[in-house]
Amino acid sequence: MVAMSKIATGNGHGENSPYFDGWKAYETNPFHPSDRPNGVIQMGLAENQLCLDFVEKWLMKHPEVSLCSPEGVSKFKETALFQDYHGIPEFRQAVAKFMAKVRGDRVKFDPDRIVMSGGATGAHESLVFCLADPGEAFLVPTPYYPGFDRDLKWRTGIELVPIVCESSNNFMITREAMEAAYERAQEANLRVKGLLITNPSNPLGTILDRETLKAVVKFINEKNIHLVGDEIYAATVFQEPEFVSISEIIEEDDVVCNRDLIHIVYSLSKDMGFPGFRVGIIYSYNDAVVSCARKMSSFGLVSSQTQHLIASMLSDDDFVENFIAESKEQLFKRHKYFTWSLAQVGIGSLKSNAGLFIWMDLRKLLEEKTFEAEMKLWRVIINEVKLNVSPGSSFHCDEPGWFRVCFANMDDNTMEVALLRIRTFMMKNNEAMVPRPKLCRRSSLKLSLSRSRRMDDFMSPGIMSPHSPLPQSPLVRARN
Amino acid sequence: MLSSKASCNSHGQDSSYFLGWQIYESNPFDELVNPTGIIQMGLAENQLSFDLVESWLRKNPDAMGLKKDGESVFKELALFQDYHGLPAFKNELVEYMAKIRGNKVKFDPNNLVLAAGATSANETLIFCLADPGDALLLPTPYYPGFDRDLKWRTGVEIVPVYCSSSNGFRITKFALEEAYQRAQKLNLNVKGVLITNPSNPLGTTMTRDELNHLISFAIAKDIHVISDEVFSGTVFDSPGFISIIEAAMDRNLENTNVWSRIHIVYSLSKDLGLPGFRVGMIYSNNETVVSAATKMSSFGLVSSQTQYLLSNMLADKKFTSKYMKENQKRLKKRKEMMVSGLKKAGIECLKGNAGLFCWVDMRNLLSSNTFEAETELWKKILCEVGLNISPGASCHCSEPGWFRVCFANMSHETLQRAMQRIKYFVVERSNMSRSKSKRQLISNWVRKLSSADRDEQER
Repeated sequence: MVAMSKIATGNGHGENSPYFDGWKAYETNPFHPSDRPNGVIQMGLAENQLCLDFVEKWLMKHPEVSLCSPEGVSKFKETALFQDYHGIPEFRQAVAKFMAKVRGDRVKFDPDRIVMSGGATGAHESLVFCLADPGEAFLVPTPYYPGFDRDLKWRTGIELVPIVCESSNNFMITREAMEAAYERAQEANLRVKGLLITNPSNPLGTILDRETLKAVVKFINEKNIHLVGDEIYAATVFQEPEFVSISEIIEEDDVVCNRDLIHIVYSLSKDMGFPGFRVGIIYSYNDAVVSCARKMSSFGLVSSQTQHLIASMLSDDDFVENFIAESKEQLFKRHKYFTWSLAQVGIGSLKSNAGLFIWMDLRKLLEEKTFEAEMKLWRVIINEVKLNVSPGSSFHCDEPGWFRVCFANMDDNTMEVALLRIRTFMMKNNEAMVPRPKLCRRSSLKLSLSRSRRMDDFMSPGIMSPHSPLPQSPLVRARN
Repeated sequence: MLSSKASCNSHGQDSSYFLGWQIYESNPFDELVNPTGIIQMGLAENQLSFDLVESWLRKNPDAMGLKKDGESVFKELALFQDYHGLPAFKNELVEYMAKIRGNKVKFDPNNLVLAAGATSANETLIFCLADPGDALLLPTPYYPGFDRDLKWRTGVEIVPVYCSSSNGFRITKFALEEAYQRAQKLNLNVKGVLITNPSNPLGTTMTRDELNHLISFAIAKDIHVISDEVFSGTVFDSPGFISIIEAAMDRNLENTNVWSRIHIVYSLSKDLGLPGFRVGMIYSNNETVVSAATKMSSFGLVSSQTQYLLSNMLADKKFTSKYMKENQKRLKKRKEMMVSGLKKAGIECLKGNAGLFCWVDMRNLLSSNTFEAETELWKKILCEVGLNISPGASCHCSEPGWFRVCFANMSHETLQRAMQRIKYFVVERSNMSRSKSKRQLISNWVRKLSSADRDEQER
């Protein structure tokens, strides 16, 4: 019997990681305020649901952007036929404008350098296809988004070499760490083609300061390797210090940079909360990369229907300004309340000012300083506390005890329930009872992509609250 | 500095197929604004039935307006990124696919994987079935985009299965075997054969014999069969369409090994004329393929906004029945218009019953039976006649002189104008060659006369 490809039969899709066991637990018993009040609350999904009402109101006032008003329908044919991989010009212009606005108009983006992709997932893969050959390597600071193991490596055949960042200096990227990673790659006979940073960081929720960014830019120029800046959380910076983009750094007078090495990945999934619309963007300062990525975008163009919607929405300057402000405020409030509530019960987290999650510090709850202990604690959190949080090891964190916990993907009531459970758990803990994890049989956590949990009819209101995360497949939800 | 994929030509865009588009874009025909511009006949789009879709949209504003029963479902859709796809959408798709096949086949939505267009579906399927360096057999002529979609990022090779005009470009057992041997000699591991049925660029549906040859071949060689059926809804004439799955079922192969090696690629770009919406899909009875392809679809999911709109549209069975019938009628009429228009210019087409194009025989217009002559003719037609048609060489045809000419992507008037231009071109050409041979005759006679005179003088 002829085999499938190695890619299809191997594990490069990354879904066998224990990271997804938590999703399984959630999928078999998802929280619902009335139907399943004891279900697992999803806190492993970095979604931004806080401003969807705001956007919805605007949409209802502008039916023509959905092409469903009489004048809208007349645009239907043109839109339905439009498959030019350059993208609808108004779409590119609107996205370029939005990206600039999110950076406080401190930089301008050229719409002709905006290339579409199938979400940031598609953008990352395409960029790697453009920049590296199979067997070559990218350096990535840890901790990093687990999906990178699939997005950057699976079908491209490249390797990832971690730049190890440590809690001792708040996981900042240092020159030494970059050098060490580079050397490790050399020793393993891997040709390093690029360095990928996520700024603001997932899972840390922090931004890179100017000095660090300059150091990174200096480093990649010296090594003559590419720099990919994943800036998909740029608009989620809800507090000072202000976000600094690579696009700004390379404009600074004291920065020497070969622009052909600089590329940005963007998306509307986090900043606007539209992961379903699959709007991914590659922005490159390298003409050859723009040209190549654009040809590759045929494999993941943005639906013209969606391009039209986004173009209209982001062309409304008032809407954009108000949205950015509103989003910042909602995130700030939610983050403040969440971290304050955690602090009340003695749980700390990395000081952060961005993202849809916090990097929670549970090191003191570990029985011992090992990843086994981290997994043990994690299973307790899932099975007893009934919260799906993401263990640091799945982010390749080099130190056990850290967990990423999402806060923007639920309504206020669900947040209260989650906090109550955490409080209860911590109180039990503080009563000097070492959490006795119930014996979880491995099999109950074995990942199975059973289809029974997919929504059979997401339209019927009885099944779920519009405010709770919808049960979805693990990896796609994990665009976190 | 960049990857070898970025620095080479395997994106396939240096082919004449795409160059013609570029030249068209520099001088595009417009009835009012640029009536002497180039008419685009190299784009297989279906523009004939939009009015039907538009009228449905007007009657169903909720579908576009992201509403259900008047209530907004915007939030649910904005958040919906499950790579299993919107269940309602997949249910409708499999029913629609079955309908196109006269309900002779039933499809299971769990075996359907969505992708961003057939472009993405084809690439993903290859990533699942073949390793870099493996090979696929493709009957010629074939869609130029395959050189990119199947090979570029996957690293897989294409080995052509040569089909010839002598039998209407039908795939023969001999041709399949010959291609396989050629692949072996090149040390290539053949993983599968990919067919397009109905064929692009031929505009024909495969006969049962051809399908049976393919299936038997796949069984004998233990390889996959991929059937790209994106034009299945454009069959407007007899003989009807037989899907590969139907052919396999008719041979009772459901419980055999080959059943899990048969895969279909489909899309709504051609049948429904919605290429901009990027709706493609893979259908396979192979669990491993479905599972891997589903994960890979993360790289090119269908926008939830679009899934919602189309699930509503396809759920309206009255609409889909009406659309299918009317669309086929219009395609047939348009094809006949082109065939007769070309005939008036003395040009024949391959007899076809499907697709959005004709496979046109211009061999008698070639100055010589070579691809250079074909390119010369193509350039003339593009630049002097002002029609962007696709030369057979770009489709890897093994014989020069054939061209793919699209008819469904323009108005009736524009097609008329295109036919007039072609007629004029052919007439001019034959006048020129007549007057050329006339001139030749006259000059021969003059020479004869003057040499006779000289003879006389010399005597």
